Amino acid sequence: MTTVIVGAGHGGVQVAASLRAEGHLGPVVLVDGQEDFPYHRPQLSKEFLGPGAGAAQPLRSRSFFTDQEIDLRLGTAAVALHPAERCLEFSDGRTIGYTHLVLALGSTVRNLQVPGVGLDGVARLATLTDAARVRKRLATARHVVLVGGGFLGLEIAAACVGAGRAVTLVEPQDRVLTRAVAPAVSDAVQRAHTQAGTVLRLGTGVERFVGRNGRIQAVILADGSEIPADLVVVAVGALANSGLAERAGLAVDNGVLVDPWLRTSDPAIFAVGDCASHPDRERAVARRVECVQNALDQARHVASTITRGIGEPYDKVPWFWTHQFDLRVQTVGLGFADDVCVVLGEPDEASFSVCRFHHDRLVAVESVNRPQDHIAARRLLSRRLPPDLPEVGSAGFDLKSHELSTRGAA
Amino acid sequence: MPSLTFVLPDGTRRTVEGKAGLSVMQVAMAEDVPGIVAECGGNAMCATCHVYADAATADRLPPVTDVEDEMLDSTASPRTSSSRLSCQVDVEEDWGDTTFVVPDTQL
Ligand SMILES: Cc1cc2nc3c(=O)[nH]c(=O)nc-3n(C[C@H](O)[C@H](O)[C@H](O)COP(=O)(O)OP(=O)(O)OC[C@H]3O[C@@H](n4cnc5c(N)ncnc54)[C@H](O)[C@@H]3O)c2cc1C
Ligand code: FES
Repeated sequence: MTTVIVGAGHGGVQVAASLRAEGHLGPVVLVDGQEDFPYHRPQLSKEFLGPGAGAAQPLRSRSFFTDQEIDLRLGTAAVALHPAERCLEFSDGRTIGYTHLVLALGSTVRNLQVPGVGLDGVARLATLTDAARVRKRLATARHVVLVGGGFLGLEIAAACVGAGRAVTLVEPQDRVLTRAVAPAVSDAVQRAHTQAGTVLRLGTGVERFVGRNGRIQAVILADGSEIPADLVVVAVGALANSGLAERAGLAVDNGVLVDPWLRTSDPAIFAVGDCASHPDRERAVARRVECVQNALDQARHVASTITRGIGEPYDKVPWFWTHQFDLRVQTVGLGFADDVCVVLGEPDEASFSVCRFHHDRLVAVESVNRPQDHIAARRLLSRRLPPDLPEVGSAGFDLKSHELSTRGAA
Repeated sequence: MPSLTFVLPDGTRRTVEGKAGLSVMQVAMAEDVPGIVAECGGNAMCATCHVYADAATADRLPPVTDVEDEMLDSTASPRTSSSRLSCQVDVEEDWGDTTFVVPDTQL
């Protein structure tokens, strides 16, 4: 009854921990291609880059893995998977058989296909090694350029501005966070960055990077302008690490496809977290979600299925957070571009929430400095009894009071 | 050396040494204290590091901030006047012996 878990990030470590918590007795093998002891990722683009920041925070203590009899093998990448033989091959040439396999492979920053991307000083930030390298470069850099106006690029920009650097952020769309959040939220984020001194170059992309003696010197934009740079961080979105699954013949489409129980096209193999594309709660589409909560909740669900057999389908509402300067942005649920949006609170004072509706149904709430709204929305969406559009649009509506008044109704 | 005693849901007590500068959550995680989940890694975003400070300990802790206060409203186990997010409480060198009760559930 060996369970093998590939990837010792947030999802993989949680699968192993939950298997033991559920009383699973069989061998549990947890492998990761990285040498670093499993760590929290969100800090890497935030506090970790700041002055005086220490080491990365481990996901669990070292003794946890020994005490729980989890066979943690670091520096061991899975290179091939043979579903028919239920066998996995590692980079060190060894193989292992499994009863259940869990893919918790994460995602990787997309490559930018422009000349000069290989110059020294053009970095990306996905792993602890990357973050340590960026932190080191940041110590001596004067001009930093971020490519990509998603959460990651913005967080890194905030950290670099906080460290006193001249920072430019380049985003080809005409505003930041276009895919992620409603315009009101991205406006608030944009304002905070501009006020802090970040130069936002929106609506134009990177044409190429130029350097001297192999080192980055400037970024040339599509509109012809040139920005001096001694550190560039590329954060242009991520792709699922699904190569291992794809080569093994598992169904893959923007991530490893899973059913409502997080099983891949081979029922002995599960996929969780950033690498998995699972059926959306609200619409008939497959979605891949990149956030800690999603990796952890899916991991718990899979551990329960492996230990106790098939139960309820996975049905957690995804939630995510980011903080930049004094903005705490928290989102729950997943929006689509065609949602109808209602704003609650005070956008001008950076304290508000955007409620997103699909056919009058509340499907997502994005909050800026409104934890009370976020928590209420998490409860309402989880209970599947969210308020409808006319209700939220009515005068004096407040998510927290609404949540309190409807408790017990489910 | 500050000492932290965690009272687990089954009544057993775990006493560990605290280190000034680390949060109570970080000490608990480093020592594998069961029942502290800490999903967000200490950002006051998840409320899964909830503890109850015992009466004598509570007096020694810094006041609850606004952010902590609002997130405490979302704990899985009931919030009481002694509820804290352990990631928002940093261990102090002069604490002496402190006691924190771990709630039944964090999720
Ligand atoms: C810098 C940064 C900041 C973030 N900030 C936030 C935030 O504020 N809030 C939030 O909710 N989320 C945030 N995220 C996203 C969050 O960290 C991810 O969604 C989460 O880590 C997903 O967990 P996972 O287990 O799917 O993948 P990961 O945690 O990425 O783990 C995947 C692991 O698989 C390993 N692996 C891949 N292929 C193989 C192979 N073939 N063999 C062996 N091992 C392999 C990798 O080395 C890696 O360790 C952030 C991510 C990053 C990188
Ligand atoms: S660890 Fe998430 S709130 Fe404390």
